[in-house]
Formats: sequence, C-alpha cells, structure tokens
Amino acid sequence: MTEMPAIAVSGLKVHFKTGSGAVRAVDGIELSIPSGAFHGIVGESGCGKTTMARAIVGLQKVTEGSVKINGRERAEWQAADRKGFARAVQFIFQDPLGSMSRRQNVYQTLEEPLLIHSLGNVAERRTKIDELLDLVALPKTALDRLPRSLSGGQRQRVSIARALALNPSILVCDEPLSALDVSVRSQIVNLFSDLQKRLGLTIVIVAHDLAIVREICSGVTVMYLGRIAEEGVTRPLFADPAHPYSQSLLSAVPSPDPRIEAKRRRILLAGDPPSPRNPPPGCRFSTRCPVAVAQCIVEEPNLREVKHGGSAACHLADTEHHTII
Amino acid sequence: MRQAPAIYAVDNLVIDLFTPTISVRAVDGVSFHIHKGETVAIVGESGSGKTVMTLGPLGLLLEGVAVDLKGNAAADGRNLLALNAAELSDMRARYFGVIFQDPMSALNPMLKIGPQLAEQARRYAGLSADAAKSEAVSLLKRTGIPDPEDRYDRYPHELSGGMLQRAMIALALASKPRVLIADEPTTALDATVQAQILDLIRQIQKEDGIAVVLITHDIGAVAAIANRVIVLYAGQIVEEGSALDVLTEPIHPYTRGLLASVPDFRSETSSGAREIPGLPPNQIKLEPGCRFADRCALVQLACRVRRPHLQTISVDATHHRVACPVVISAEGIAVYD
Repeated sequence: MTEMPAIAVSGLKVHFKTGSGAVRAVDGIELSIPSGAFHGIVGESGCGKTTMARAIVGLQKVTEGSVKINGRERAEWQAADRKGFARAVQFIFQDPLGSMSRRQNVYQTLEEPLLIHSLGNVAERRTKIDELLDLVALPKTALDRLPRSLSGGQRQRVSIARALALNPSILVCDEPLSALDVSVRSQIVNLFSDLQKRLGLTIVIVAHDLAIVREICSGVTVMYLGRIAEEGVTRPLFADPAHPYSQSLLSAVPSPDPRIEAKRRRILLAGDPPSPRNPPPGCRFSTRCPVAVAQCIVEEPNLREVKHGGSAACHLADTEHHTII
Repeated sequence: MRQAPAIYAVDNLVIDLFTPTISVRAVDGVSFHIHKGETVAIVGESGSGKTVMTLGPLGLLLEGVAVDLKGNAAADGRNLLALNAAELSDMRARYFGVIFQDPMSALNPMLKIGPQLAEQARRYAGLSADAAKSEAVSLLKRTGIPDPEDRYDRYPHELSGGMLQRAMIALALASKPRVLIADEPTTALDATVQAQILDLIRQIQKEDGIAVVLITHDIGAVAAIANRVIVLYAGQIVEEGSALDVLTEPIHPYTRGLLASVPDFRSETSSGAREIPGLPPNQIKLEPGCRFADRCALVQLACRVRRPHLQTISVDATHHRVACPVVISAEGIAVYD
C-alpha cells in the first residue's frame, strides 16, 4: 500500500444557489496530494480553483463529496476538534491586508494563534515569535508595526509567519503572489520553496502565473469549468501537455525573451469559457476545442493515464489528433 | 539619429504629488519621445511612476491628489502642460486613446456600448450620426467582438471581462487617436485572454500605423509586442533601448535584477527565480545619488552622492541608453555622448 496522501478529495462538488440556477463552481473533483508535495492548481478565472482550495480547508461549504486530510474526514475532524484541525492545516489568502486586523501590530498578529491555542508563557511565545520572524526573514523592528505601514511583500511574510505559528503540516494558499510586484514576488517564491524544504510542509498553491508554478511546484492540476482537465508531475506535463486546453493555456504564456516570442506559435482560443451555470454536455471544453469530434459533444471524458505519466480528461489524448500546435 | 519627428515628446518632466500631509516626487526629470508606428513599453514596479509619468501630462490622475507638473510634453505642436482644462480634454480625446486596466473605468455602465462608441466617433472623428453608428459597429467587429450588431445594444454588464476589454479598446480607437496608451491592459486577465488582447493591440498598431505606449510590469507582454523599452525606477529612467537589447542584454543592475527575477517559462534549465533584495525607496524624502543604490550589489561611494545620467551606449534607431556609470566603466562599454 502506498503512503497515505496528505489531502484526498473525492467526488467533490460545490454548487452555489442563485436566482438563475446553481453555479457549479466545483463539479466532481478527484484529487490526491501526497505528503510533502508542492502542488499547484491552475486554470482561468471561474474554473473553480479558489473554491476548491477553500473547500479543502473548510472555508467553503461542500455540496457533495468528501475531503480527507491525513486520512481523517475533514468535516468530522473540524466539528470534533476545530483547534486540532487548525494546528494541522493553515490557509493563506491572496490579500494579506484583508486577512489581518488593521489594529493589531505584527507582534499581536503573530501572538494571537499562540494565545488561542494556549501555547507557552510570555517568554516562550516571545521566543516563538522571534523564530517565526527569522523563518520569513522579517527584521525584529517590524514587530510593533501596523499592517498599513508594511509593504505588500512584508505583509505577505507576516501572513505566512502567522500561518506557520502553529507548526502546521499543510499550507493551502490562494494566489499568495498575485498582489505582489515582480521583484518582491520572486522573494516570496523563494521563501515558499525554502520553507517547504526546511519544514517538510505539504503546500497547495492556487496560482495563475504558470511560469512560477513551473519553477516551484512538483505536481500540478489544470482545472477547467469545475473539473480537472489534466494533472501530473509539473515538468513533464508542461513539456508535453495532453489535453488541448492545457496546450492552449501553456502556449499563451509569454516568454521574457523577444527572440523566442517572435518565433513562438500560440493557440488562441476563440471566445470565453461557457458559464458554470450551464456547462455544455459531453466534454466541457468541446465548445472551444479546436480538435473536438462528435464523441466529445455527447460523452464526458474521464481522466485517464497519458504519455507524460499523469492523466488527462480527453477522448483524443495521445491519439494522432490530439496535438493542436 | 532617427529621422521621423516624435509625435509625442516629453522633456524634463517632473511631477510632484501632494496630499494634505506629504509630498512625493513621483516623476523626477524624465524625457522620452514616442514616434509614429512604434510600440514603446514603459516598465517598472508599482510606485515607479510609470503610470503617473504617462497619464499625468494628460490630466488623467486620481482626483483628490494635488499635482504639480513641470517640464514639457509636446503633442501636435502644443505643450500639454500649458493647456487649460477644456483644451486638454479636447486634445486628449482627439490625439490620445487610453486603455485602462479596468474596463469599467472607461465605459459608462448606464449607457449601451454602441452609443458610447458612436458618440466618441461623432464628436472627435467628425462623423455624422449615421456614419458614427456604422463606424461603432465596425469598431466592435474590428476588435473581435462577435455579433457586433447585437452587442451594439448591450450594456457593459452584459459582456464578459475579455469582451469588455475589447469594447474599451474600440472606444479608445473611436476618435482615431495618434497615440494609443495602454495602462496595464492585461494585468487582470487570464493567460489565454491576455494573449488575445496583446494580439489585438499588435494588429491595430500594424493596421493603423499609430504609436502604442504600453505601461506594464509584465515582461512577457513587453517581449510579445514592444519595439522599444523604457525602464523606470523610483521616478527616473534607468535604461532604455530596443526591446531586443534591453531584454536580452540588459546593462543596468536594476534591469538585470528585474529580468532575472522573472522565470522564463520556456527555458530548458531552471535557474530558480533570483531576487533583488530590499524594497524600492520611498520618494518622500529624496536622497541625492542613484535611487537604486541601497539595493545594488555594485554600489560605490560615488553612487550615493551623484545622480547618474543616461549615457548612450549603442547608436542605432533606438539608442540603447543606461544610467549607470559603474557598469559602463567596469565592463568597458563604449559611450557615444
């Protein structure tokens, strides 16, 4: 038997009721993330990646299906021992300012989880907070600052330090880099990689910057309209994507080298993704897929193993028709 | 020297922003010329002054912040900084088309898309009401909006993000501008839509032969469509030249650091994203000397005292210029001025 995954999602559905029918943000996801992985979830806005991340940690009510964390049913664990769950799993938000109290300085922000969980006395908490600052490379002088007097990168460091205060084994992060500037973003990227290695964390990161996912994530899941289009080990998948959607998504990433840009062939998809209120029958990508055949419109493809070792939900994957570049 | 005269020439531009308590020198002595038919990317991080420098002379800065502009910004033989509000508004509409990051900041949510375009075309391109309407439909068609006759009668909220972005580009083109300014046009968009919008801008530039000014921090977008690049740091230009020169052989330590911190999606090897230590300086209290000095690995004593000026290091149509005497002398780079 293989090692128990850190996160196991099965049959997960999250539907939002609205006046004009349910929005099926997440619509049947099977996902297994091994312990110690750095896993990326990518896809366009509205594909359900953030909803799924929130559902994994229980910030979002699940319509159907289950999430197991370290083998335990998440919902039951959270109901029985909310604090114990919080010590195992932490979430990092896209906007660090929105996730902090504007009236608490950095010291108070970092001390709060320790107080809630009754960890240590004043001196021990102080030592722990100093360790946390070192971990995220913030100076001691930051302790009495309020969030508004910190830069965007420093704020994200504080929210990472706060998430690490309880020594969790799993971090789930929702676009933690998109609010940051280029040169600061690379500082935080390196911080995540470094922490993951040093602390042996399992990190799930929702991202839309595919170049960064390629740099730091060991595994990746590509989502489209509430479902998984493709998943696998990042490098082989990005080098040879099997699903036409992944192919077009990856081909859209520009290179910073104008010589490569001039020669590069891109697949421009027509139109926008269909509404998750009313996903198309058959393959969800069939309405925009340049190689769709009759089967794609009637039969929804399941994930199956493909050449790069991962799996793709495409009837044509690995056939002579599948490559659209 | 380049023969074609600049269609938009900014010289020695200084912009101070005032709030009730502080003043910030957002743009500090910047000169740049935009020529017909080129796409110029203005690159820098938040707070570098790239938006203030480009939109400031057009009077398009945030309300509620007092602005003081000095210098010269010449378009169509007139200095924009010397115009009154009405003249500037007219000039802006006829000469400049502006695309913003958020389409809803350009489109009126209470009016249908088509009439907004037609109004612009009627007023500034001098068309009759009927001609303006058909021009609006053809603009929608040209910017890749499917079923333009139907979309003409839609309100902005009925269009998706990518479609709105296209509608805003159509609006910017309705007055037949000479210069199209795009302020972070792709930042809020997904990779696939981003590629579509960049393609559209490139296509418009080619067909109309207008100049495009692209304000961005996305190096990928620069590589995709720009001929020329201006790199801005803390309100000053640190490097400028052809996109090829600047992106493949950057000279200024900041440009080098910035490019090294962008992972190349297509490179075979993984270099790991390298980082520039520290943060940009605050521009409230100005120090003499090079603004990048505190973050620079090559910093010398002189850097902190004397402000480096742009020096021309290669003379061709685009003039590669760099404001770093340290690198220039350390690497024995020839200087032409």
